[in-house]
Amino acid sequence: MQININGRVLFATLNGELDHHMAERFRTQLDAAFEKSACRHILLDMSGVSFMDSSGIGMVIGRYKKAEMRGGKLVLAGMSDSVAKLYEMSGLSKIVSRTATTEAAISMLGGPLV
Amino acid sequence: MNNKVKFEFAAISENTALARVVVAAFITPLDPTVGEISDIKTAVSEAVTNAIIHGYGENSQSVNDTVVTIALQNELRTIFIEVSDKGVGIENIESAREPLFTTKPEMERSGLGFTVMESFMDTVEVISRPNEGTTIKMVKKLAGE
Repeated sequence: MQININGRVLFATLNGELDHHMAERFRTQLDAAFEKSACRHILLDMSGVSFMDSSGIGMVIGRYKKAEMRGGKLVLAGMSDSVAKLYEMSGLSKIVSRTATTEAAISMLGGPLV
Repeated sequence: MNNKVKFEFAAISENTALARVVVAAFITPLDPTVGEISDIKTAVSEAVTNAIIHGYGENSQSVNDTVVTIALQNELRTIFIEVSDKGVGIENIESAREPLFTTKPEMERSGLGFTVMESFMDTVEVISRPNEGTTIKMVKKLAGE
């Protein structure tokens, strides 16, 4: 996983299979970076995630809550069809926005980063 | 062609990915759609994760005592999958199957495991006895032919 901090946005690129095993790892790394930073929003680039189950949903909801506590948002960018199916089915779509590209997610979170 | 495979592995989270790959390989000769493979892999992932996290509880025992068994079988295009553990069992199966129910919110469990299995498979049966273990039996008929 690659994490970049850009202004108010913590931008993480997730890769691989987002199951219980990987969700734990991503959670630890994301929380460590977010807590150290002054970021408000979290942007997860999901285009490299080939698989996700309900452990992944739990991980995303957990990070959504972290962003919300700072008055921010969490946005998911670039989901594959199979990941999007679970996103819809689980009801995650009701609380977390998704965009086709990371660029669209960045503009949703307040425009070009400074 | 009808086929049958049974395998077991230590109940550690690293092995969930392995279980998904074996199940996908088992059904691939039946020429399933990409969506069907994904649905079945997701359902298996949920059942195996439940066995590891709830059946045995992570880190509580050595890898030698905690085994998850998967039995796969197909009759033509109908796939039968059984995921078994010899863990603590489920106290109340009805509650466990309810959407968003979880006994481990502190682990950020979404409580959606059974909901996902039920959505992605045709039938899901839960057989569980306290302190003896749990078996999840799932069936899915592949489209076509």
